[in-house]
Amino acid sequence: MTGAAIITMARVSRRFGRDVLAVNDLSLTIHQGDFITLLGPSGCGKSTALKMIAGLLPVSSGSITITSSQGKSEQDLAFVFQEPTLMPWGSVFDNVYLPLRLAGVGRAAAEPRVRAALVDVGLSKFEKSYPRELSGGMKMRVSIARAMVTKPRILLMDEPFAALDEMTRTKLNNDVVRLASAHGLTVVFVTHSVFESVYLSTRVVVMAARPGRVAAELTIDAPWPRNDDWRVSNAFTAEARRVSECLKETLDVDHIDH
Amino acid sequence: MSTTLTTDIEGDPPVNTDMLIRERRERVLSWLMPVVTLGAAIAFWEWAVWYWAIPHYLIPAPSMIVQTLIKDGPSLMVSAWFTVKLTFFSLTLAIIGGVLLGGLFALSRVVEMSLFPFAVILQVTPVVAIAPLILIYVDSTFAALLICAWIVAFFPILSGTVMGLRSADHNLRDLFTLYRATPWQRLRYLLAPSALPYFMSSLKVAGGLSLIGAVVAEFVAGAAGQNTGLASRIIESSFRSEIPRMFAALVLVSMLGIAIFLMTTWLSRRVLGHWHESEIRREQ
Repeated sequence: MTGAAIITMARVSRRFGRDVLAVNDLSLTIHQGDFITLLGPSGCGKSTALKMIAGLLPVSSGSITITSSQGKSEQDLAFVFQEPTLMPWGSVFDNVYLPLRLAGVGRAAAEPRVRAALVDVGLSKFEKSYPRELSGGMKMRVSIARAMVTKPRILLMDEPFAALDEMTRTKLNNDVVRLASAHGLTVVFVTHSVFESVYLSTRVVVMAARPGRVAAELTIDAPWPRNDDWRVSNAFTAEARRVSECLKETLDVDHIDH
Repeated sequence: MSTTLTTDIEGDPPVNTDMLIRERRERVLSWLMPVVTLGAAIAFWEWAVWYWAIPHYLIPAPSMIVQTLIKDGPSLMVSAWFTVKLTFFSLTLAIIGGVLLGGLFALSRVVEMSLFPFAVILQVTPVVAIAPLILIYVDSTFAALLICAWIVAFFPILSGTVMGLRSADHNLRDLFTLYRATPWQRLRYLLAPSALPYFMSSLKVAGGLSLIGAVVAEFVAGAAGQNTGLASRIIESSFRSEIPRMFAALVLVSMLGIAIFLMTTWLSRRVLGHWHESEIRREQ
């Protein structure tokens, strides 16, 4: 199901100050339609890597290439932060409209697209509500709708559900998988949950800390898109064990360093 | 293609009639209670002056103050108008100056580092101490008073604006970068709304201070006897021991202060009421 290479990271490093090497010599190729998770302990540079892909942080060395699109999307690459990151002064509609507004799309022209994005995340009744009136899960849905409204090819998600309760997280995981498959998205998803990574992705990139680097790449060999059956299958448990063990090795190696 | 991937979240956007009723009652109480207590205090004052037969040159009864207000109304109103003009003019200039300079500070650290000492010096030097100098250097008394009142009201606006413009959420900043927002879009859709709560609270402070600045400056200038604001009427009445008129002028000054307070409070609620924590009424 994977297509042409869409994001190529070649020997990327990122330094903060003189001493901190947040990401060291990271090479990774992400293909069209991939659902990649970056999994690792805190401080392994997974969020840094994501921000570098988004162009929000410059690389210290190496290069990141994103093949340009022929599409007419205002924004090819969308980012979902760990917090919902909504503008508290704007309604749900205004928040989702923001990317289009910044691209110069008029309100009337944007309206059907904003509505469609809200329908996609199940919030069509809430366009006039303000963020403070919504639950944590609903705010995250608004954040996802905002990312989707420009019809991007690439969706970068930085531990988006880490602060949510288990049930909401499960629901949102399902939604992300279905959105990604319906819109043919390429997703790079940062998490520190083994189960989340195994449930969601086609490939898990296990990262180790100090310095942040790729410890292993594991392909999750199961039909995609996935559904709740996958979560309770034996194959899921086996994959989760495999990823856990891999993660444990990197942590053990890490431990000696301290 | 069916892209409706989740079941629509149940329930309607929050509308709660119980809450509405309670809110309405609270709104009525919020003006009724101050009016009732204030009325009671004035009634007691009136009664006390009558009961202990306090002479009006010590403490005039409220009724006498009202009489004076009516008798001296026209001349007092001229003075009041002068003070109103002075206050609002200085507040307007403080807003313009504070917001412009605050914007400049937020744009450039270098500008801020170079100019901030001046702003602090202006702020920490008591206006009473500078006023005589300004009165000497500036020909027009009105302009001199204006400068004094402006100095007092300017600093809160400046610091509020700078703080506010810097307070924008860093993830939202990243988001605007990602979507390649122009500097103008960033200011219009991110920085200005983020700064608004800070600006509003500084406006409440500056509104009160501009009146204080106007009155204090008039006191200083009033000694030279060359203007007609409410403050100089108070001094003038004091020289002539016309205590009721002092009170009448005082009532007008404090009414002006209350009006400014109500206006800034109303504006703040108007602008922030639908989203900012400080202005949202919560159900108990």
